[in-house]
Amino acid sequence: MTMLALLPSIASAADANETFAQALKPLATASFQEKQQVIAAIAATRHPNARPVLSALLEGNLHTRDADQRIFIVTEGEEGLALTDPLMLQAAGSAPADEFTKITTNNQLRKALRGLIAGFDLSDPDAEVRLAAVSEMLRTLDEDGVLILRQRVAEESDSKVRSAIETGLALADLDNEDAAVRLAAAVRLEDSLSPDVYNRLKELTGRGDDGAFNEPDDQVRAAAAATVRNIDNWRSIYGGVETLFFGLSLGSVLVLAAIGLAITFGVMGVINMAHGELIMLGAYTTYVMQLLMPSHIGASVVVAIPMAFLVAGTVGILIERGVVRFLYGRPLETLLATFGVSLILQQIVRDIFTANNRPVETPAWMAGSWQINEALSITYNRLYVILFTAVVFTVLLIVLKKTTLGLKVRAVAQNRAMAKSMGVRTEWVDALTFGLGSGIAGVAGVALSQLTNVGPNLGQQYIIDSFMVVVFGGVANLWGTLIGGMSLGVINKVLEPFAGAVLAKILVLIALILFIQRRPRGLFPQKGRAAEG
Amino acid sequence: MNNRRRVRGLAGLAAAISFIAASAAQAADTIKVGVLHSLSGTMAISETTLKDTVLMMIEQQNKKGGVLGKKLEAVVVDPASNWPLFAEKAEQLLVKDKVAVVFGCWTSVSRKSVLPVFEKNNGLLFYPVQYEGEESSKNVFYTGAAPNQQAIPAVDYLMKDIGVKRWVLAGTDYVYPRTTNKILEAYLKAKGVKQEDILINYTPFGHSDWQSIVADIKKFGSAGKKTAVVSTINGDANVPFYKELGNQKISAEDIPVVAFSVGEEELSGIDTKPLVGHLAAWNYFESISTPVNKSFIKEWHAYTKNPKRVTNDPMEAHVIGFNMWVKAVEKAKTIDVAKVTDAMIGIEVPNMTGGTAKMLANHHLTKPVFIGEIRADGQFDVVWKTEGLVPGDAWSDYLPGSKDIEADWVTLKCGNYNTKTKKCSGQNYE
Repeated sequence: MTMLALLPSIASAADANETFAQALKPLATASFQEKQQVIAAIAATRHPNARPVLSALLEGNLHTRDADQRIFIVTEGEEGLALTDPLMLQAAGSAPADEFTKITTNNQLRKALRGLIAGFDLSDPDAEVRLAAVSEMLRTLDEDGVLILRQRVAEESDSKVRSAIETGLALADLDNEDAAVRLAAAVRLEDSLSPDVYNRLKELTGRGDDGAFNEPDDQVRAAAAATVRNIDNWRSIYGGVETLFFGLSLGSVLVLAAIGLAITFGVMGVINMAHGELIMLGAYTTYVMQLLMPSHIGASVVVAIPMAFLVAGTVGILIERGVVRFLYGRPLETLLATFGVSLILQQIVRDIFTANNRPVETPAWMAGSWQINEALSITYNRLYVILFTAVVFTVLLIVLKKTTLGLKVRAVAQNRAMAKSMGVRTEWVDALTFGLGSGIAGVAGVALSQLTNVGPNLGQQYIIDSFMVVVFGGVANLWGTLIGGMSLGVINKVLEPFAGAVLAKILVLIALILFIQRRPRGLFPQKGRAAEG
Repeated sequence: MNNRRRVRGLAGLAAAISFIAASAAQAADTIKVGVLHSLSGTMAISETTLKDTVLMMIEQQNKKGGVLGKKLEAVVVDPASNWPLFAEKAEQLLVKDKVAVVFGCWTSVSRKSVLPVFEKNNGLLFYPVQYEGEESSKNVFYTGAAPNQQAIPAVDYLMKDIGVKRWVLAGTDYVYPRTTNKILEAYLKAKGVKQEDILINYTPFGHSDWQSIVADIKKFGSAGKKTAVVSTINGDANVPFYKELGNQKISAEDIPVVAFSVGEEELSGIDTKPLVGHLAAWNYFESISTPVNKSFIKEWHAYTKNPKRVTNDPMEAHVIGFNMWVKAVEKAKTIDVAKVTDAMIGIEVPNMTGGTAKMLANHHLTKPVFIGEIRADGQFDVVWKTEGLVPGDAWSDYLPGSKDIEADWVTLKCGNYNTKTKKCSGQNYE
């Protein structure tokens, strides 16, 4: 009895396999345009193996055997390619790689593939996967996709996923012949901020080439116009938030690069032209740490922070002991000597690592962005840099205000002779202060390695900006550096959309020159007796 | 001074004794080939490769017995990425070393700086890099792509195959991107693209803070029409640009970026993850599998003793240029510049992608155009190519000023001939 019942299902399974094999076959020879239809046909079989085959194609793991044009899913093994038969999903031995040709995809194919694969993921037990699948499908929604979504919406238990599906369906409903359905859809889309919704509704409110409204029904048009206005409002608010964030992030980079200089230049009065190269050393330390721990990229960046501090700090102390200490009180000579040091450091790096930029990988937790809503997202790497700047700033403030070293540093900066007569070893304090400022520059290098190119010229890009921030903020004032850097960043980013990147930079520089003319001692000038020193 | 001369004389004597007279005479009778590429400074990364390419070609030619029975001798100078120094070194090559031909330059500004030197001294320059066009000198052969052999076909591909309706033209602020974008803008408008669908953006050299620009591109691209970025962004600024695109979740599937300055060499040594799927337009890719290309890559690895050294488009241009020069010299049976220049026109040599490069009367080549998608390993998958070969056009047909200008060194004997006024205005590079 059971045997008899099973028979038809076996027969239909064989049939399904046959259709699947037929659908798969043309993939070996199809052009990119033909492949679009082939993959749609493969998905339409709803065969259990369709999803693994399509995702293998997406990842470039679907190959044809040159000898007989048979298609295999392959994985790279130690001896050539390990083959998997796409029909049975069973291992089919291994073979040398040069007997196979990869079935190539292009951007449009990959986009279509993601949409088709998402169709299979709609029934995944994980709500996150389903949500991702729905938003993937909305990117490439066609009639088949709408059908799949309609079936799914009733079964969907998770409210977020259901709401996403309903948005997609409402978008599709805007094309419905029944005005009532269209109105319901327009109302349904009221709270959406998605650009797709915006574009679609904006189109509805406009007039066609013949002068008639694209949407004949007044009520639907009114609802659409209201939503468009709503989205416009929110967009301009979020646009402002975004610009502010961009400004703060540019500002935090400036602060990070300048804060070490605020100590060496601001507190000690040494014009250190090699400051940029100390930043560069920090960035190269990150690269070396990644080479040393290739399987832990994320951890390597964290480890690189203290390492960069040590490396740059040590080099800083060497510069101070070897060059700067002979030149205290002679700023012009210090400037020239440290400029020479900067050239030497650049050349050393060029000789060790070559003149080419080095690839520093971004750990997974720093890539991508945090999608707050459809109109606003914040990139993680920038967010981390802002937080990192805050931490470095706080630590530095505590070191200077609360520790014995900080006390001595401030004492020496205020009155060297008096500090010396009180038993402070000023030479030792000078070296450590310089080392601290240099170490912080190295730490800045770790952050910059995630944002820009790591090459021998990295430091040169930041040295001018660093001096600018320190002078603008007011020499010898950490708070001045913080506020100076942040305001320069925000001003730059506010100007950029109107003036363009090149002009914005020029405008900021001109404004800065005018400002320094009015207030030569910067935003937060030193007051009282310290100012005379 | 006297002493030194005497020493040199002695050395010469010693040489004469140790070698037989015939071979010494032959050694003095070589054909000198100048190599004018920066070996230090910012351009060294790209140009050193080209110097090595020319040296390899000379070595191979000498193994085949040289040219006209004489060995070739390379004279390598280093203009150090310094534009005025290019002119000085060119003068040295032509006047002091009396080279028969020079292979050199990368940036347009270095070419502009040596042009007067080559014309004054009647030298011969092979320039191997894709450039903005609007030039044709009697003394220069342009073996790289003109805009109609790279930029225009790339835009055609995006428009016809991908259905792009909105365009971002992003570039670094200097002559090549500005001219190319001017041509592209005129071309797009001629194809019916409206002004509001074109966004043009320039950034300084080495720009690293791309947040606002990428956010602008994202906004521009979310207007419901398919959008693409045509990038003439130069060198270093590219990595932070692509990184920011990745971080703001703009994938090549939504807004593809097609670049004209990103090739195998630029991709080796950077983290290519954020670039995968984006496009580049060139006339050659290392991944194109033809027997000529395979054996060239093999020879290159053997010559550089580095199996990981990549090949790229300007290298192919130099190889084609070198082979053409050898053929022309053999045809003219002399190294006299005027005769070689005449013999060059119409010369055909195989390119490395299975076609034939032909030197045209305007001193530009016929080339195939390929669009490649960047792979994770820093190589390209070719996704599109032109049907046949595209003849290089020196003066763009899409700029109002250069539409009526023609370059023809055979019938018109002019690089800047106005077909309306019927006048040859000589060399006018603006």
